[in-house]
Amino acid sequence: MAEPMGFYTDTTVCIGCKACEVACKEWNQLPATDGGRHEMSGDSYDNTQRLDGIHWRHVKFVEQFSEDRNDGRWLMMSDVCKHCVQAPCLEVCPTGAIIRTEFDTVVIQSDACNGCRMCIAACPFGVIDINPASDTAQKCTLCYDRLQVGMEPACSQACPTDSIRFGTIRELKQQAESRLRQLHQLGESRARLYGADEKFLGGLNSFYLLVDEPEVYGLPRTPRVPTRNLLPSSLFSVAGAVVLAFLGVVGLRKHRMDERAIEREDADV
Amino acid sequence: MSDTFFTGAPHWTWWIILYFFIGGIAGGAFFLAAMLHFFGRPADRPLVRLGYYVAFIGAVLSGFLLTIDLDRPLRFWHMLIESNTGQPMFKAWVPMSVGSWGLLLFSLFAFLAALAALSEDRPDVKVLQSAPVRALRGRGPAAAVAVLGTTFGFFLAGYTGVLLAVTNRPIWADSTLLGLLFMVSAASTGAATLILLAVWRRAGHPASVDWLGWFDRRVLVLELLVLIAFLVTLGSVAGAFLNWWGLVLLLGVVGIGILVPLLLERGRQAHAPRHLVRSASLVLLGGFLLRMVVLLSSNEIHVLGSGVTGR
Repeated sequence: MAEPMGFYTDTTVCIGCKACEVACKEWNQLPATDGGRHEMSGDSYDNTQRLDGIHWRHVKFVEQFSEDRNDGRWLMMSDVCKHCVQAPCLEVCPTGAIIRTEFDTVVIQSDACNGCRMCIAACPFGVIDINPASDTAQKCTLCYDRLQVGMEPACSQACPTDSIRFGTIRELKQQAESRLRQLHQLGESRARLYGADEKFLGGLNSFYLLVDEPEVYGLPRTPRVPTRNLLPSSLFSVAGAVVLAFLGVVGLRKHRMDERAIEREDADV
Repeated sequence: MSDTFFTGAPHWTWWIILYFFIGGIAGGAFFLAAMLHFFGRPADRPLVRLGYYVAFIGAVLSGFLLTIDLDRPLRFWHMLIESNTGQPMFKAWVPMSVGSWGLLLFSLFAFLAALAALSEDRPDVKVLQSAPVRALRGRGPAAAVAVLGTTFGFFLAGYTGVLLAVTNRPIWADSTLLGLLFMVSAASTGAATLILLAVWRRAGHPASVDWLGWFDRRVLVLELLVLIAFLVTLGSVAGAFLNWWGLVLLLGVVGIGILVPLLLERGRQAHAPRHLVRSASLVLLGGFLLRMVVLLSSNEIHVLGSGVTGR
């Protein structure tokens, strides 16, 4: 297996140009929303709004302004599939359509997916959705086809500020830690890395440098694998089945005994 | 805010709501029919047969509903066979994978039970009196089918809730009691279905129908307790029900589906067939609304998208 590859996204240098979105759409031949009759969001300059089956890259515009709008800042973040080391989507896919590649990335095989949407409900980041063109679940492949021929993913190649960096996870972590130290030295104490360590999901092969709480960027603080609920849920259900069976048998026995008592009383009379 | 609020909805809607409802009835009806098979009277045989028919029809409908809900329905077999290797597809830790096999096996036992029941019902049909079919009516095979069918029936009744819990969606993944709640609800809706059929077809010994009513009342109390526990375990996420869905949950599921049937059947006279029919109908409505509220209320929650929420 090749060395794990991924993205490191430094949100502090993202300018919201959406070149990554366009490059992703173009390379992967993703269709336009609603046949091109796309409506404006109406409450943001961000009109893509979310990741889904036809938007595998999405530049989030976090608009933090005071009530009187005298003070404020924009946070830009190019969002994408996190290619989790312990990927919930891969874990729960019932058809085996989701695989881990030799680059340690996570890919949905469109020809095997039957559109059950289990992965959509399992993804802690809301990354996956159905692509109406194929009627299968789709998301970023980390340009698997390009990686196989030694090319860089389209989005990171198109990024004009190097906000999205592609490389081996080992190298990317070194770059991220160096940048984090630099920001802290410059006084940006809110700077932090998200997903660069193994605190959740075994680490993210697409991790971020943020300058606010994860929730501000629409990211869960501690994403978890869905199977955490499997054992307790199953045990409660089994206990329920035992109680119901017991209740049924006790009820039938009680009814039978009551009936016999009545029959005996009638016989006595 | 729960981490589950940052996820996307899978849009499991009406087909899945219907599947959860019908699958629950099928599993519950098989279990109750099997109980009467083992512990009932000879006069209960028509009711046992009705239970097996309900289970089989429910299993067939369940498979159909699950298939048409897929975005690529013709690939339904990918759930059972790995499409690129031809090997069996089974993941023991994935409720949807186990559920596909569970439904298949439940359908098999429901089919065998229904076939034996039909053979009993229709002695005039020659093919139903063939040796293999008649063998199914033998004591041993019938008992084996009843036990195995009940096992998979229970599974079908409860795994749907476990499946929802094994996601990262709000409400569903915020409690581990959905499987139990759906299972108890399946028992109550299964009993309600058998009561309606027993009254309509005048099948079963009156004492057995009375037992079904007795059983249903206790299961309804259990369902109410589990529902309360479910809401408690949701913690702050229970606030997601402070909307129309909460109202449907309170009035439809708890009020119409649980409390009113319990009140209607309070007192000895209330066990007359017309009361049983009324309360059983309400129990069925409540069971359907429960699944509708659980699925649709979660589907509507998302805080994804542009960062304007961070303003």
